[in-house]
Amino acid sequence: MKNYEPKRILTGAEIIWECLIIEGVRTVFGYPGGAILPTYDAFYKYRKKIHHVLTRHEQGATHMADGYARASGKVGVAMATSGPGATNMITGLATAMMDSSPIVCITGQVPRHFIGTDAFQETDITGAVIPVTKHCYLVMEINKLASTISEAFYLARTGRPGPILIDIPKDIQNESVEFEYSNKLIQIPGYHLPPNPPNHHIIKVIKLINEAKFPIIFCGNGVILSGASSEILKLAEKSGIPIATTLLGIGGVPDSHPLVLGMMGMHGHSWVNHAIQEADLIIACGMRFDDRVTGKLNTYSPNSKKIHIDIDASEFNKNVKVDISVHSDLKIFLKELNPYLKTHTHKKWLRKISFWRKESHGRDVLNRKHKVLMAAEVIREIWKNTDENTVIITDVGQHQMLEAQYYNHENPRTLLTSGGLGTMGFSLPAGIGASFHSLENEIWIIVGDGSIQMTITELATAVQENSNINIAIINNGYLGMVRQWQEMFYDARYSETPITSPDYVIIAEAYGLSGQRVTSFDDINSAIKKAQSINGPAIIEFIVEKEDLVYPMVSTGADLNDMVQRPKKDYNLKSDNKKELLN
Amino acid sequence: MNQTLIAFVEDKPGVLNRITSLFRRRNFNIDSLVVGKTEKKNISRMTIVANEKNSEKRKNIYFNLIKLINVILVKDVSDIPCIEREYILVKVCINSENLNSFNELAKKYGARIIDLSSNSAIIEASESKDRISILIDKLTPFNIVEIMRTGKMAMQKGLEPKNKEVHNINGQQNLTDNLWATKQLNSYLK
Ligand SMILES: Cc1ncc(C[n+]2csc(CCOP(=O)(O)OP(=O)(O)O)c2C)c(N)n1
Ligand SMILES: [Mg+2]
Repeated sequence: MKNYEPKRILTGAEIIWECLIIEGVRTVFGYPGGAILPTYDAFYKYRKKIHHVLTRHEQGATHMADGYARASGKVGVAMATSGPGATNMITGLATAMMDSSPIVCITGQVPRHFIGTDAFQETDITGAVIPVTKHCYLVMEINKLASTISEAFYLARTGRPGPILIDIPKDIQNESVEFEYSNKLIQIPGYHLPPNPPNHHIIKVIKLINEAKFPIIFCGNGVILSGASSEILKLAEKSGIPIATTLLGIGGVPDSHPLVLGMMGMHGHSWVNHAIQEADLIIACGMRFDDRVTGKLNTYSPNSKKIHIDIDASEFNKNVKVDISVHSDLKIFLKELNPYLKTHTHKKWLRKISFWRKESHGRDVLNRKHKVLMAAEVIREIWKNTDENTVIITDVGQHQMLEAQYYNHENPRTLLTSGGLGTMGFSLPAGIGASFHSLENEIWIIVGDGSIQMTITELATAVQENSNINIAIINNGYLGMVRQWQEMFYDARYSETPITSPDYVIIAEAYGLSGQRVTSFDDINSAIKKAQSINGPAIIEFIVEKEDLVYPMVSTGADLNDMVQRPKKDYNLKSDNKKELLN
Repeated sequence: MNQTLIAFVEDKPGVLNRITSLFRRRNFNIDSLVVGKTEKKNISRMTIVANEKNSEKRKNIYFNLIKLINVILVKDVSDIPCIEREYILVKVCINSENLNSFNELAKKYGARIIDLSSNSAIIEASESKDRISILIDKLTPFNIVEIMRTGKMAMQKGLEPKNKEVHNINGQQNLTDNLWATKQLNSYLK
């Protein structure tokens, strides 16, 4: 970060852009309006230094900032006007909050003397977003504007990252002041980062690791956020302990590594959940024992000692009682820990896990023949046709879980997905946002027919920006994941889950991008290759089996290893949707 | 026993809002909350009483509270010797016949009569919660018109070892009595 240039009188609006430039921001995702007009006017001067992406909805702007942040590890920035512009950001803020994604949202506010009068487009946005932000500010003095922005960026990216909102009244954007910017201005007496070096638990941790016979390491989002991939692999390799990942931990360790078992939890692999239940030691790295990961709490991994390493102390013992909680940045702690480890292997334990693994082989949907296209096959073929630096952004639903199961990730930040909030509509805007970081990498958005229709407006943004993204729409004619629950727990009463779609090929054409439709397995590869060859956005709609289910599944409230498996006998088609489509 | 927390917070608009929002959102129950200025400029002090019995939940409340950016220090004094006080104002009906016994009662329970008219009186008392409750009981026969009662304020007995720690935030030397927080964090992380 550069230090400030002294003695420049700038308006609040100019200060905003100057601050963003100093923070290294190159792209801002936003949407103008009355209360942010002075800032957009000032932008005219700065448009050579910062690229502004005009989204089609403020929710899209926040998801784009979020996608950019997740792909890059840097802070993503979104901008909007007061009132409806600001409230449209709430879903994006909550999504970023749940998954610890660093974004800064800047909103215009009505002029100070109007605050509290229910002025036109006035919303108490700071009041509204307290529960869904790491912190938020209403700037009431021009003198505090620059320091607030610098504080916001600092808070967003340090500690456990998270979203910050800065609400700036219009009259402050117009006021002038001498501009000063320096990270030395940051004074946050109540912001407590964990001690460095960490409080010493190393001896106790080592003792548990040495005593364990059936140990397992958990790789959560914290591994990616703290950049601890090589440290966690070192821990695993040296001590011979296998690793299971959470949904957001995917990519934190390479799926091809012999010690990496795959995803745990509700739709995790059966062998992983078995291993967790039988384990005698869990080393949980940067994860929070979400209910989608644990299943029934009082039977969760009953015989294991548990070590929990996290940067956020409020996560300790929140859901699962642990034996040792280590309050630290993960990378720092693992670096301290690793030299003390004894070299070890757990052959018997690994053999047991591979036995469970083999058992489930015959139930894998890919090992069966089907008359119609299966979503899992589509995802597998996309995986085969892409390299390990490809960034996949998924939406929420069955296709999201299938991606987690059937696309193998080798690198951190190659799977971006809304895990904590499960926000439908996330993928298209997040993918557009990610494309502003990952210019070199191929980008694939994997999205359901329900989810795409939530934020489909952003296709126009992708076209305007000529974003190099590939959009794979997995069309099963249903809000599939909800239908799955209806089939399993509500006697197949498909209440309001069948959903129609527009003709996506015509939609693509109307928006001005490439569109293809694939209905059979044999056409997958050529369609993928064609999309890849297009420099700019491309859609492929895959018409897949309508009533497939994601297996295995742990029902809510069931033990983690009590999983519903894909039936053993050959899969029967429930619908011949190919025919339906051609009619 | 209830959990008593002392929190030092930045004296800024919206801080109380953040704290109550946290308690509501996390489904923690606040029994009482008292807030006021302190000897330090720009720092307010709160005594928060939460009626959570589960010890893991109590730690969770502590860590969530300290996690708020505007909260500087938190101390859980539930098991630490403290002076604890609530303040009460009570208006009762009196007459010439019971005035004497009313006077005696007030004296006995350390309450002061601060307003007296021909048919009513207001008394004040600052006492522990239990003694306040007894006082109310004893006043009941006098026909209580209204009661105003604050929550609990707590102050630890004796002196803290004055060991100023330098808390380093982003290169800033930030002098706070961080010993409290550090000690508490360590004991919780065991
Ligand atoms: C904004 C939002 N609304 C509702 C839901 C509940 N929900 C979860 S999955 C799902 C269905 C998703 O359908 P689709 O995008 O077609 O994906 P599929 O499950 O069919 O693969 C719904 C409605 C949600 N997660 N987010
Ligand atoms: Mg669907």
